[in-house]
This record gives sequence, C-alpha cells and structure tokens, in this order.
Amino acid sequence: MTSILTNLFDGVAYGMLLFVLACGLAVTLGLMNFVNLAHGAFAMAGGYVCMVLVNRMGWPFFAALPLAFVSSAAIGIVLERMLYRHLYARSHLDQVLFTIGLTFMSVAAVDYVQGSSRVFINLPAALQGQFDLFGVGIGRYRLMIIVICGLLTIGLQMVLARTRFGSRLRAAVDDPRAASGLGINVPQVFAFTFAFGCGLAGLGGALSAEILGLDPYFPLKFMIYFLIVVTVGGSSSITGPFLASLLLGIGDVAGKYYVPKMGPFVIYTMMIVILIWRPNGLFGRTAAR
Amino acid sequence: MSASSDVGYHAQRQARWHYGEAAFWLIVLACGFAFPTRYLIMTDILRLALFAMSLDLILGYAGIVSLGHAAFFGVGAYAAGLLALHGIINEPVLALVVAGLAAMVLGFATSFLVIRGVDLTRLMVTLGIALLLEALAERFSNITGGTDGLQGIEMQPIFGEVPFDMFGKTGFFYSLAVLFLLFLFARRVVHSPFGLSLRAIKNNPLRAAAIGIPVNRRLIAIYTLAAFYAGIAGALFAQTTAIASLDVFAFERSADLMLVLVIGGTGYLYGGLVGAVLFRLLQELFSTITPQYWQFWIGLVLVVIVLVGRQRLHRWMLYVPNLVIRQIAGRKAVVAVPESDT
Repeated sequence: MTSILTNLFDGVAYGMLLFVLACGLAVTLGLMNFVNLAHGAFAMAGGYVCMVLVNRMGWPFFAALPLAFVSSAAIGIVLERMLYRHLYARSHLDQVLFTIGLTFMSVAAVDYVQGSSRVFINLPAALQGQFDLFGVGIGRYRLMIIVICGLLTIGLQMVLARTRFGSRLRAAVDDPRAASGLGINVPQVFAFTFAFGCGLAGLGGALSAEILGLDPYFPLKFMIYFLIVVTVGGSSSITGPFLASLLLGIGDVAGKYYVPKMGPFVIYTMMIVILIWRPNGLFGRTAAR
Repeated sequence: MSASSDVGYHAQRQARWHYGEAAFWLIVLACGFAFPTRYLIMTDILRLALFAMSLDLILGYAGIVSLGHAAFFGVGAYAAGLLALHGIINEPVLALVVAGLAAMVLGFATSFLVIRGVDLTRLMVTLGIALLLEALAERFSNITGGTDGLQGIEMQPIFGEVPFDMFGKTGFFYSLAVLFLLFLFARRVVHSPFGLSLRAIKNNPLRAAAIGIPVNRRLIAIYTLAAFYAGIAGALFAQTTAIASLDVFAFERSADLMLVLVIGGTGYLYGGLVGAVLFRLLQELFSTITPQYWQFWIGLVLVVIVLVGRQRLHRWMLYVPNLVIRQIAGRKAVVAVPESDT
C-alpha cells in the first residue's frame, strides 16, 4: 500500500515536472501551430546554466533557478526574433527540418562545451533524503518540485484567465486577424509567450537534472515526452496538458516500477492509441488547425 | 487541343527517359569500376539512396511527413539478419524480398494509423511507431541481441554463385542492381495514372476526393510500397555489413534521411540519389574537420537550407545541369524541375 502511495507521489512529481517542461511547447505547437522539436534544447540550456552557476560559481541552488529561467527566456526571445518568426507561415515539413537542425546543433554544442557525460547539480542538504509521512516515504526534492510546479501552474492559470495579457493571448490564438484588427500586437504577444515558455522549460530543465538526468542528449531523449504531453493534452486550455503530464508521469513511474521489462513500451502504445482514438487530444478542441 | 489531352501529353513527355537520366546511371556504374578501393562507402551511399527514395515516394509524391521511417528500415534489417543468422533462407535475393515483405506488412498495418489526422498527428504516430519498435527490439533481446545487435551473420553466395568478398565488390554491384530495379519500378509507378493521382492528393486532398480519387486507398497503397522499399534498404544494410543493431531504429536515422531528401529535393525520384551522395560527402567532410561534433554542422546545414528556402536552393543546384542539357538537347529540354513543396 505504502509503495503504491510513494509511487503515486513520485509520479505526480514527475508529471508536474513534465508539465513545466512542456507547457511552453503547448503554446508554440498547440496554439501557434508551430512544430518546435527543439523545445528540449531550451530546457537543456536552463539546466546547464543552473549547473554551472551552482557547481562552478558556488551560487545557492534557489538563486540559480530564476537565472535558469531568465537565460532560457533570453535565448528564446533572441531565436524567436531572429529565426523562428520567419517560419510561422511555412509548411510543417520546413518547421520540422529547421527545429531538428537546431536540436542537433544544440546537442553537439553542449557536448563540445561541457562534455558528453551526465552532470549533476549540487543540491543543498535541506533538499536531500526523504522523510516519512504516515508511513509514506516522501522525497524532499520531489516535494519541492511539486510545490514549485503547483504554484507555477496556478499562477499560469490565473495569468491566462484573469489578466489583460491573458485575454490578449487567448484572443490572438483564437483569431490572429481579428485580434490584430482590435489593436493587439499579435507578433509581440507571441514573442513574449514563446520566450516565457522557453523560460519555463529552462526552469524545468534545471529542476529535472536530478530526476530525469541531464546530458547533451536531453533534447532528443525527451522530445517525444513533450510532444506526447501536448498532443494528448490538446491545447484549448492549460488544464489539458497539465492532466496529460500527470497521466504520463504517473503512468511512466508505475510502468517502470511494476512492469520494468516493458520499459517505455506502455507509454508509446498509450500515446498511439489515444491519438488514433482522439486525434485532437484527450482534452483538446483542436491540436492543430 | 483539349485540356485533358494536353495534360496527358505533358504527363507522357515527363515520363519519357531523358539523356541526363541515362548518363546519370552510366556514371554511377562507372564509379563502380573507377574507384575499386571505395566499395564500402559507395555501397553505403546506394543503401541510403534507396532508403531516401522510399521516403520520397510518400513525402515527395503523397505529402506524408514521416519522422519514423527508420521503423521499416529496422524491420527489414532485422528480418534479413535473422533469416541469414538462423539459416532459414540462405539465398540473399530471396531473403531480401522476404525482408522487404515483412516491412511491407508492417507498413500496411500502420498505414491505417498514419492516414488519419493531420500532419502533426502523423509526425507523432510515425515517430511513436519507430520508438515502439526500438523498445520492442530492446525488450526481446534474446531474439535481437539487444544493444549488441545480431552478430556473426554469414552471407551465402548470391543465387548460390557469386560469393560476397571482403572488399565489398559484390555488395556494391548487388546493391546497385537492386537500387536500379527498384528505381525502374518506382519510376513506372510515379508516372502512371496512380502516381499522378497521388500528386493530386498531395496538392489538395479535398479536390482529389471530389474528382473521384479514393484518397485513403491510394495513400495506404503508396505508404505500403514505401515501407517495402525501406525494408529492402534495411535488408541490404544487414546483408552487406553483416550487422543489425538497435540503432537501425534510431530517431537520428529518420532525421538524417529527411536531410538527405531535402538536400536532393523531393518529388522527382533522383532527389534521394543525389542527396545521398551529397550527404555522405558532407558527413565525411565534417567528420574530418571535427570528428566528434559533425552533428553540429549537419544541423547547421538543415537550418540554413530551411532559412534560404528549399525551392530556391534547388533552382541554384539544377542551374548548371539544366544549362548543359539545354545546350545539347535544345531549349525546351529540362532535366529535372523540383516540385514546389508547400
């Protein structure tokens, strides 16, 4: 019984992490209809920035996390303005090729700068180990992830639903032409959202070094996971990808624990079945127009 | 002349053999005699060319974007490897066909998943199928040999007459013959009414359906055929290198394949062949400059190609060959015009 609860807890932490990593992609892929396979590269950038700051420069972990966010967002906005925006109107094939190219470049570049082995971020002692809560083993680090990611999710939902920027974004997504006719600067809204999504991915990358493992092949290894979150979750709201990430996280942890031999088999089968059953995602209105 | 006979006239004109094409194949054959020390790399290029041609059939003619074409390559490779390893079918050509058929069956089964949904779903489903097969191959490592791959494959002589030699001479001419035969068939297919209907589907599925083309059936047919081609390419890989390991399913293989086709251009069959040569040359060049980080430059090439625009690049690339052909064969003759791909 307790092992089930512990697994559930780990699964939730894993799912939350996936959500933070992938929700930027939900915006680019689902809302802007841009196939961005390089999303993992932004996450990796954040992870490596955090690692360098903490391990090499001795920054405290919690001070490095915001910087991981900021640096990924900065890279995101530079690339968006310079390269991505030329490709919004191009075919999916072009977008796929372009972002695969970017991914390859990022993998080789990080390999060149930091070496190909897996890196670890030195965690403060307060985050290590686990404690018992009514007999259920709770990892401190995972608890922190759940808290941070939970707060972020609530914050995002509030921003989208309550603020002026949120309504602008929703308008821009629903109908870019009508939105720009109403005086909304659609490219600016998209650029800002893209950068914010990249920043979140960077933060997720920094947090995931401990759980998913951080090495130069991160963008390729987890690309499929991000895509699953978005395509299964749909993109009409933030709740869809959130539930999809939780499902994926819990499913993956449980699958690895109870049927270790089947490995990632369960996840891929689930994804294909869901995509066949509901091509627009479980909770989605449309995944792509 | 009425519009319909005009279309037929142009289709027939396009389908005729050009001098350029004959010259191309003669040059390829001549390479086999001119560089006897380079058989291994040349065989590699031929395999890649066949594999790229397979993707061209679905991408260039039917407009299906696939990120998991390595799935069929892998099935073909493992099928051929297992057949040879356990001595089930010793004759290579027969084993090749059987391996191709195995991939074809998979292609037929998965085509129903692929024709559903839009581009994005197709990307995900094809990618998912390749990953699924990779996971399966890893899971059943008692059959596939896991990460070590199939080892100790020994190939019997072709038709019981021609043995494989260690310099790869037999392998090269064997691969060339297979490539050429399959090319002839593909050429016939894409210039047939069937092939023309595929182009109609690619340009506008809705209109194609409106003029009575059974869209789904045609897509299933071409996807299955492409799977067969990819399976043959994989089987050639296993037979000529005597290896089949997990990386036949790798995502990088599918991604590289896209690059090959993009370099060469889609929708005129030679794209895969030209692209394979250029891709390998590029790869050699990059790995001599930076052995470990050649992937960076490959990525850069992809990014630059997309930013410059594929059509523009192909116009530049075909400028010289077209110029030569025009000098020889008159103003109207054109070797190859890459299709617009939007």
